[in-house]
Amino acid sequence: MPLLTVDNLTMHYMTREGPVRAVDGVSFSVEHGQSLGLVGESGCGKSSIATSLLKLLPDNASLLAGSVLLDGVDLLPLSEREMREYRWDRISMVFQAAMNSLDPVYRVGDQIVEALEAHYERTRQESHDRVQELYELVGLNPEFMDRYPHEYSGGMKQRAIIAMALACEPDLIIADEPTTALDVIVQDRILREMKEVQRKLDMSMIYISHDMAVIAEVSDVVGVMYAGKIVEFGPTSEVFDRPIHPYTQALMSAFPSVVGEKKELVTLPGEPPNLAVPPAGCRFHPRCPFATGECMTSEPPIVNRGGHWAVCWNPRNE
Amino acid sequence: MVSAQALTKLFPVSDSWFGGQKSFVHAVDDISFDLMGGESLGLVGESGCGKTTTGKLLVRLIEPTAGHIQFDDGTGNSEDIAILKGASLKAFRKKAQMVFQDPYESLNPRQTVFDAVSEPLRVQNIGGPADRIDKVSEMLVLVGLSPPSTFLFRYPHELSGGQRQRVVIARALVVEPTFVVADEPTSMLDVSVRTGIMRLMDDLGDRLGITYVYITHDLAVARYMCDRIAVMYLGKIVEVGETEKLLSNPQHPYTKALLSAVPVPDPASTRDPVNIKGGVTTPVDPPPRCRFFDRCPIADNFCRDNVHPPLEDKGAGQFAACYKV
Repeated sequence: MPLLTVDNLTMHYMTREGPVRAVDGVSFSVEHGQSLGLVGESGCGKSSIATSLLKLLPDNASLLAGSVLLDGVDLLPLSEREMREYRWDRISMVFQAAMNSLDPVYRVGDQIVEALEAHYERTRQESHDRVQELYELVGLNPEFMDRYPHEYSGGMKQRAIIAMALACEPDLIIADEPTTALDVIVQDRILREMKEVQRKLDMSMIYISHDMAVIAEVSDVVGVMYAGKIVEFGPTSEVFDRPIHPYTQALMSAFPSVVGEKKELVTLPGEPPNLAVPPAGCRFHPRCPFATGECMTSEPPIVNRGGHWAVCWNPRNE
Repeated sequence: MVSAQALTKLFPVSDSWFGGQKSFVHAVDDISFDLMGGESLGLVGESGCGKTTTGKLLVRLIEPTAGHIQFDDGTGNSEDIAILKGASLKAFRKKAQMVFQDPYESLNPRQTVFDAVSEPLRVQNIGGPADRIDKVSEMLVLVGLSPPSTFLFRYPHELSGGQRQRVVIARALVVEPTFVVADEPTSMLDVSVRTGIMRLMDDLGDRLGITYVYITHDLAVARYMCDRIAVMYLGKIVEVGETEKLLSNPQHPYTKALLSAVPVPDPASTRDPVNIKGGVTTPVDPPPRCRFFDRCPIADNFCRDNVHPPLEDKGAGQFAACYKV
C-alpha cells in the first residue's frame, strides 16, 4: 500500500472574483521511500497541494472534495487537534521562505529543541543530543547550535530548517522550493544532502519546484502541473524522455541546459490562465499547438501507458 | 565600444559605533574588460560577487571609487563616463539604459504604461506630447504588446509578469540607447514566458544594434543570451571567454565548480561532485592574495604568498586569473 494516496483533491480560494480553482481534482500516490517531484509554473497550484495535505490553509480556502489517505487514515475530516498529531510527527514541511522564519532573538539550536519538546517528553539533555545528531545529519557543525540566526548564511539557515523538519523522523517530508533562494553551489550541497538523508531514513518526499533540472535530479516519479491540475504523471525518466502531454513537451523544450547540444529554445505563446475563469475543456488548449475542436469543449481523457499517464486529447510520442 | 579600466567600487562599512578606522567592502575590485559594438557579454556569479554593482557602474547609476570607463557612442567620440556630471551625464543616459530584475517593483503602480514608457522622453525632452504617443505605441509593438491601444492606459496591476517585463524593456529602449545593461531580466519569470523575453531581447539587439551586458546567476540562461561570459568572484573577474568555449572547457577552478553545480534537466545524466570547500569568504578588506584561495582545491603556497593573479590568456582567447592552470 502506498504511504500517501491523494484522490480527487479539490481546494478553492474564495475571492471577490469568485472561486479560484487552485487545486482541481488532483489524484496521485507516494510509495514508501519514494520521492515525488511536483513541477509547474507559478500559480499552477503546486504549493496549494502542499498546504492542503497539511491543512495549513488560509481562511478563504476551502477543501471541497477528495481524500488524503496517510497509511489508510483520511486526514481531511480530522479536527485541528487531531491534525496536530500528524504534522511534524508524520508529515513535515520545508517552505521556500522557511529560513526567514527562524526567530532572530533565540539561538537556532534552542528553537529546534523547543520544537522537539513540544512533541516528545524528553529531558533537555536528550533533546539537545538529538539536535546535535540532526545537525550532523544535514551537514551543519553542531557548534553552531549556540549561535543566532544572523550568524548563519542562507544555506545554513535552510539546513537548520531541514534539521527541524527531520526532528521527529516523519514518514513524509514536503519540500516546497527549498533551494530556490540559494546560489547554485549551496543548492547543489543541499540537494545532495536531502537525497542522502531521505535514503538513509527511508523517508518519502514530495519535492515542489519550478525548476525542471532540479526535479530531474531529485525525484523518482514526477507530476507536471498546469492550472490546478496534474496533467502528466509517471516515472521521471519516462516523463523526461517520452512526454505525453504537449505542455510537458513545451516545458522541456523551453528549459535551457549548460551541457549537451545547444538546442533551440521553443517559446510557448500566451500566459497561464486566470484560475477564477479557467478555459473550458482542456485548460491548456489556448496555448497548445495541437489543440483540436474537442479540446475546447470537453475535459480531456486519461491516456495511460503503463503507470505513465497524462490527460490529453492529442497525446504525443505514441 | 565600452572599455572598463581598473574599475573599482568600495563601499565603506564602519566597524565600531564611534567611527574610527573604516573598513571597505570590495564590491568591484580592479576589473578591466572591453566590449565590442553589438556584442553581448554575460556577467555571471553567485550573489554578492559584484555583478550588479559592475552593471550599475557601467551605466553610471553609481560612481566608481577608481578606474575609467571609456564609452564610444559609435561616432568615434570616446569619453570617460566615470567622471561625467550634469548635462553630459544626462546626455549619456540617452545612450545607455538599464533593465532591472523585478518587473513587479520596477514599475510605479500609479503610472500607466504610457506614463512609464514616455517618462524617459519627457526627461530627455524628446518630441511633443503627440509624438510621444506615436513613439510609445511603436515601442509597444516592438516589444510584442500589440495592439498598443489596448495597453497604453493600463496600470501595472492589470498586466502579467511577462507583459510588465516587456513594458520595462520598452521603457529602456524608447530613447534608442546603443548600450543596455540588463540585470537578471528573466529570473522572476516562468519558464514558458522566459523564453519569449529572451528571444525578444536578442531580436531587438540585432535589429537595433544594441550592445548588451547581461547580469545573471543562471549559466544556462547566459549560454543562450551571451556571446561571451565573464565569471565574477568576490569583486574580481576570474575567467572570461567565448560562451561555448568557456562552458565546455572551463579553466578556472571556480568556473569548474560553478558549472558542476548547475543541475541538468535530464534524469539520465550524472554530475561530478562540486570540488570546492566552505562558503564565500567576506568581501570586507580581503587579503591581497587570490580571492578564491580559501576555497580552492588546487591552491598552494605560491597562491598564498602572491597577490591576486592577473587575467592571462589560457589559449584560444580564453582568459583566467589563476596561477595553477
